[in-house]
Amino acid sequence: MKIIVAIKQVPARDSQLRISSAGKWIDEADLTHEINEPDAYALEEGLQLKEKHGGEVVVICAGPAQAAQTIREALAKGADRAIHIEQEDPAAFDPLGTARLLAAALKPESPDLILTGLQSDDLGYGQTGVILAELLGLPHATIIMQVEKHESGIRVKRELEDGWFQHVDMPLPALLTIQSGINKLRYATLMGIKKAKTKEVKRLTAAELGVASGTPAILLNRVYVPERSKRTQIFDGSPKEAAAKLVEKLKFEARVI
Amino acid sequence: MSVLAVLEHNGQSWHRMSWETLAAAQQLGRELNTTATAAVVRTGGQAFAEELARKQIEKIYLVDHELLKDYTPDGYTLALKQLIERLKPSVVLFPHTYQVRDFLPKLATSLGKVAVTDVISHRVENGQLILVRQLFQGKVNVDVRFAGEGPNFASIQAGAYRADQLAEGQSSVELVKPELAPGDIRTKPLDLFRESQRAVDLTAAELIVSVGRGIKEADQIPLVQKLADALGAELAASRPICDAGWLPMERQVGSSGQTVSPKMYMAVGISGAIQHLVGMKGSRIIVAINKDANAPIFEVADYGIVGDLFQVLPELIEAIQKSK
Repeated sequence: MKIIVAIKQVPARDSQLRISSAGKWIDEADLTHEINEPDAYALEEGLQLKEKHGGEVVVICAGPAQAAQTIREALAKGADRAIHIEQEDPAAFDPLGTARLLAAALKPESPDLILTGLQSDDLGYGQTGVILAELLGLPHATIIMQVEKHESGIRVKRELEDGWFQHVDMPLPALLTIQSGINKLRYATLMGIKKAKTKEVKRLTAAELGVASGTPAILLNRVYVPERSKRTQIFDGSPKEAAAKLVEKLKFEARVI
Repeated sequence: MSVLAVLEHNGQSWHRMSWETLAAAQQLGRELNTTATAAVVRTGGQAFAEELARKQIEKIYLVDHELLKDYTPDGYTLALKQLIERLKPSVVLFPHTYQVRDFLPKLATSLGKVAVTDVISHRVENGQLILVRQLFQGKVNVDVRFAGEGPNFASIQAGAYRADQLAEGQSSVELVKPELAPGDIRTKPLDLFRESQRAVDLTAAELIVSVGRGIKEADQIPLVQKLADALGAELAASRPICDAGWLPMERQVGSSGQTVSPKMYMAVGISGAIQHLVGMKGSRIIVAINKDANAPIFEVADYGIVGDLFQVLPELIEAIQKSK
């Protein structure tokens, strides 16, 4: 089975974010970056499916030069090769634009299965995977918690709301968006890290793929820190003082304990 | 040129976010000097639409076809695409449900558009619609606008608009039969199921102490349990804690877990991603203990302590025990 895993590099989760001077995005210069968490689960699922059924795992990533680090880590975990679509300006492409880049790069690959995380931790549109499926003319299913391969296709377990799930049968090729927690993530081994250095990373640009930038269908006008709608009483002082004040408020003001 | 709200009904009941989305559509309709219409995909008669027909809506489109009996992204996309191409609404609103997340990006793409998902508010500036959504797990907001003419698509976050502000009225229902063939539908949905009977009903708890990533490791969970015991509270968690297996899934609060509204919800080491907030923001008193003063959980908190939970919790447990 030829499996493609689409991954994204995002600022690390505990980053202190500062709005960039133009107010169009955040200032990424001093931030550390990591793989988008749901994409890490998608990668793990791809690796496990390959281990069970054989084949190849190819990682694809649209992102700036520094995304090479995240791609290298995916190779170290066991992906066989990678495609890096170099895309410096994150605001130049909306989810449709990014999916067009991915679709153009993936068409010649003719994969059996495409996996990606259900959404990104930065933009959080939760759309790129489904759009990619539509552009490639593939069936899709989202928020997947289990993938089983059968003779004629796959059976997946979709997460629904309020603790409900649903099984869905679908033919291959197909695209799935993977939910965090579907599996246990592996660490890269020393051997894996060493091997990754020799694995192929194909670099492509939007121009080489024939996808024009600069015509997004939705535009980010302004990025800003939200104004507090609620006045939070913050208790300062030592942990002991703060804890005492909180208990007093809960007991005598809120009267909940 | 109207605003179309696409609502969700599972055969037994309306998805509660449907009413919030309809409220948003009514509001938008007034502000853009147009009317609100509604569409719902549902097989099996019109009876369920009665409640909907008592709202102030220009028209209700009931999309009915035997191939739409069970939800599939292919079926819903094709059916709604045909309706939208016919009606040519300027804006189409959806509730940001799991089902909508599954087909809306496909539907928008099939019409050459991009949906703005998970919208928390809007405003109209010089006749132009600006939608507000969150980035970076709720740490930052962004104003978004559509580059082109309609139909433009957006989905509305749970709790962003108030269903109790729905205007009443009277509406008529038009039955719409889309053109669908069995070969159009490539996936086969099977049974719906739950993993196990829920032993823990968090919705009944008066006090909840909930733990998130800030706890760092499974070995530290007993510290939070001790706090919950001191308060006589139920222990709950955000999704990553349950994903890691540190607490069972049935203790998860958020969009994929339970929705709770206790007298007090104490969030310990929870940053407050949207998916968590929608599950608890209806709580009467919210307390946040977090080391990051900019964590979005403080957006909804009544009381807060900015600090290291490993230092704060032992003191808090002691103070609670003393107060009794």
